[in-house]
Amino acid sequence: MTAEISDEAALEAAVEEAFEEQEDPAKPEKMVLIAASGDLDKAWPVMILATTGAAYGMDVTVFFTFWGLSILKKPDSGLTGEDWRQKMLAAFNRGSPDKLGLSKLHFAGLGPTMMKGLADKYHVASVQELLETARDMGVKLWPCQMTMDLMGISRDDMIDGLDEPAGAGSAISLMKEASISLFI
Amino acid sequence: MADITVDARNLQCPMPVLRIAKAMKDATSGQTLELIATDRGALSDIPAWANDMGHSLKEQFEEGSEFHFILVKS
Repeated sequence: MTAEISDEAALEAAVEEAFEEQEDPAKPEKMVLIAASGDLDKAWPVMILATTGAAYGMDVTVFFTFWGLSILKKPDSGLTGEDWRQKMLAAFNRGSPDKLGLSKLHFAGLGPTMMKGLADKYHVASVQELLETARDMGVKLWPCQMTMDLMGISRDDMIDGLDEPAGAGSAISLMKEASISLFI
Repeated sequence: MADITVDARNLQCPMPVLRIAKAMKDATSGQTLELIATDRGALSDIPAWANDMGHSLKEQFEEGSEFHFILVKS
């Protein structure tokens, strides 16, 4: 008798699960962006696509890894890490959207200054503004745990409102389900 | 006259889409929204977004350097 009841319960659970697995039309499509670059000219399109994806009602996740972590660093994060090599990396890769360099025509910082001046003149939203907008729109911002450890960047060195640090497995699981996945 | 006016003048891509998306979220079904933009990219972006999201683009016209889009929330 007891066995019968548990069988019934198992059957019910299986039916329920099958229903849940069916495609729910109300469930938003997923978009995953891998932000692997700390260049201003890469961070910009990342944040533009992330916010626009959210405007399309998509469930957007941005996974920040390697130099991409610079985008999330606080402006005053300073020389992060314990190892001298981590401090060296931090010295040459100052954090926060405001300190990102250009991949081309950087000219020791003159390039980014000119680019930001132009963005201001032509009313293009800055990476900082878009990052804040993304957070407001519910875009998930995932820092990569491994690169945080490698570069000596702690949770406190990064801005508030981020999701829990994750790894490649979480990124793959998400990308398998996503209709848009981009590595920028 | 639209129920809601969304001013996205002097804002570049992707802001007009973000502004209309936000306003649309707060609107109720059947309400009319008028988006005013000066970004030339909006000419292709707004119809594409509306079509994808299932909102109807009732009217679209230019007034000087401004682009007007009249949308109805689905």
